[in-house]
Amino acid sequence: MTRSISGAGGGRRARPTAHELARYEALFAARTRGMKSSAMREMMALTERPDVISLAGGLPDTSTFAPELYAKLMSQVAAEQTARALQYGPTEGMAGAVECIVEVMAAEGTLVDPDEVIVTTGGQQVIDLVCKTLIDPGDVIVAEAPTYPGAVPTFSAYQAEVEQIDMDADGMPIDELESVLDRLQAQGRRPKFIYTIPNFQNPGGVTMSLARRRRLVEVAHERELLILEDNPYGLLRYEGEPLPTLYSLDAQVGRTRAAADLVIYLGTFSKILSPGLRLGWAVAPRPVLEKLNLGKQGADLCSSSVTQLFVAEYFKEQQGRGEPRWLGYLEQLKELYRRRRDVMLAALDEHFGEQARWTKPEGGLFVWATLDDRIDTTDLLAQARESEGVAFVPGRAAYVDGQRGSCSMRLNFAGVPDDDIREGIRRIGRVVHEQLGLYGTLSGSSPAAKPLVATEPAGGGPKQTSPGLADVVALPRRDRESATRRQKDR
Amino acid sequence: MTDARKVAVLKGGRSLERNVSLRSGAHAQEALARLGHEVIAIDVDAQLVTRLREVEPDVALIALHGPDGEDGTMQTLLEAVGVPYTGSGPAACMCCTDKVLAKHLMRNAGIPTPSFHSLREASIKELGAADALPAVESALGFPLVVKPASQGSALGVKFARNEDELPGALVGAFSYDRKVLIERYVRGRDLAVSVIDGPSGPQPLPVVEAVPREEDFYDYESRYEIGMTTFVCPAELPDDATARAQELALDVYRLLGCRGVARVDLMLEDASDELWVLEANVIPGMTETSLLPQAADAAGVSFDELIARLLDSAFTR
Repeated sequence: MTRSISGAGGGRRARPTAHELARYEALFAARTRGMKSSAMREMMALTERPDVISLAGGLPDTSTFAPELYAKLMSQVAAEQTARALQYGPTEGMAGAVECIVEVMAAEGTLVDPDEVIVTTGGQQVIDLVCKTLIDPGDVIVAEAPTYPGAVPTFSAYQAEVEQIDMDADGMPIDELESVLDRLQAQGRRPKFIYTIPNFQNPGGVTMSLARRRRLVEVAHERELLILEDNPYGLLRYEGEPLPTLYSLDAQVGRTRAAADLVIYLGTFSKILSPGLRLGWAVAPRPVLEKLNLGKQGADLCSSSVTQLFVAEYFKEQQGRGEPRWLGYLEQLKELYRRRRDVMLAALDEHFGEQARWTKPEGGLFVWATLDDRIDTTDLLAQARESEGVAFVPGRAAYVDGQRGSCSMRLNFAGVPDDDIREGIRRIGRVVHEQLGLYGTLSGSSPAAKPLVATEPAGGGPKQTSPGLADVVALPRRDRESATRRQKDR
Repeated sequence: MTDARKVAVLKGGRSLERNVSLRSGAHAQEALARLGHEVIAIDVDAQLVTRLREVEPDVALIALHGPDGEDGTMQTLLEAVGVPYTGSGPAACMCCTDKVLAKHLMRNAGIPTPSFHSLREASIKELGAADALPAVESALGFPLVVKPASQGSALGVKFARNEDELPGALVGAFSYDRKVLIERYVRGRDLAVSVIDGPSGPQPLPVVEAVPREEDFYDYESRYEIGMTTFVCPAELPDDATARAQELALDVYRLLGCRGVARVDLMLEDASDELWVLEANVIPGMTETSLLPQAADAAGVSFDELIARLLDSAFTR
């Protein structure tokens, strides 16, 4: 901002920027070709504006954490452990934080050996380290369809080939998985691990059934494949009975030790406490753990000492009758999120119309809604953002090919106030209605912007009482329309 | 231009191309600083006029893509508050931003542009325009490209291979604009010619060719994604094709009344070897990887020189 080199204007043409693209292109690693910045992602980045109701985030509601408790714990860390807080810590994590991790996992009925835990910088780092450890270019990762949008760029960066398996109401169908594995084997391709979010899947909102969990672990053993169990929301269950983690099922398979052989478990404090802490963890068989540790050394040496000490202090806090305070906070979150989920489901019923269907998650943060297949949710987002000031994650973000999922969307309810949920869903519903009306007019099926197709709700209708992932809406309707139109044309 | 000036770089804003704009702006700022100017970066928002009053710049460099920056809004506003600015004036901006208007002007002037029609959402709702679709289809033939009339990014550009795909393509494009262009798809090589004002008038730069890495020519979106396309500059073309492309670009630049700089996009059709002008852009990207800086560089015009010339354009209108 200062007028620094006055008078240097005319004569000097310093540092010409020659052929910059070509220059850098030649230096980039081959893997950067997979690192795409898509127009869709750029658009999603624009949804973080104050005037937009965003149902796009993956956010918990951190405003619920008591400010005085945060201040007290941070002061304790600052005053009592100054030197440690400001120092590097061990790569595998500080003992105090690891104890908390063991406690969190025990709360989900999963016993782990503290020596098999590594503290990471958020759960996201586990995905990165696991890929770094296991994936050579061209190796195959099997994932759910849809899958966690944040894993897609990681998989791409390691040049993995990703096979996505469509889920139903019970998560990934394991017979489908087996036939995919058979096919891969026949093609001589190498699956390295199966990536799954068994509880309240992101973005699908469905939960893998117990039978499938058991079978999945068996399949892993039969074929000597690793499983990456991503479980950020397991403790955020609002209804139904908790199901055992894949890790605990694997540990029961009956080896001499009480640890899993083939499951790498990913956990995080992000959803039960705070994503700003950037603390997650992995639990893994020791040979894998050692490699993850080496990978982490190269990535960031260790996770933040400050936040690990904070977590350790937090977990020491008790509320009445000696109950840990973190469990009390968890209950508070569950109550809040359960209510918001119900608000969203009610709003969807009211505003999304006959053609849409959506999952009814038993926990977690997200609903996955699938609209009439003539809607492309990436385009819908552009219009919704611009004319209605509302945002969501378009379904394509959850598919590695960036093409499938085009009529679905992920909706976050956990981090959004009730009124914004209602208003946001109402606005999206309005844009959908408008687009379908326009489509109807253009294809000659219906001049009015009223119900397009109330006649054939495919398979069960929209008001699902049990959790279920929407099927793609039946296609014949469109054929009928174009047939009508062809006749008209003649 | 030897005077050091106080330059406000206008960037960001709230368009879909915000991120590109921020990078363009940052890149221009570096050059301006090297040239010895005082640089004030402004991320454009509701405080813009207040900011400009505080800062009192000698000139504004517009690095805003998409609506506001390219459609004449910003230019009109800057004229109202009396701040000279780089690049084209309001009329040229309005013509180039509206692809449909630009194509009408080109067609009237005898500049080859792929045959087209346009549709407004309102005319579909109120005038029964949907009934005209069969006529449009048979006039243009498939495949068709459907584009939002004013959108600069690849988002919203849709293909329709047949009549069943057309309604979806239209609805998709209407998500970005109330008016859309329906254009005959020209299969061929994707070219761009930038034109910059120089000491002896507008000068066309070497042709840049965008070569998609993947063959799916219907996938417009990935085609314009970073890393999915390789740019070749100067494009390997027969001399007469190069000369003709540059001549057409210059014609379009003059026809639409551009100033300072513009980029003209063309197709060299495989089947006919004909050149077709698609559109002109008054605020071409200025990022490290954008076509204009590459083309300038290939012509021996450094990025700093390019920015210096662009700045001059603010004082010669």
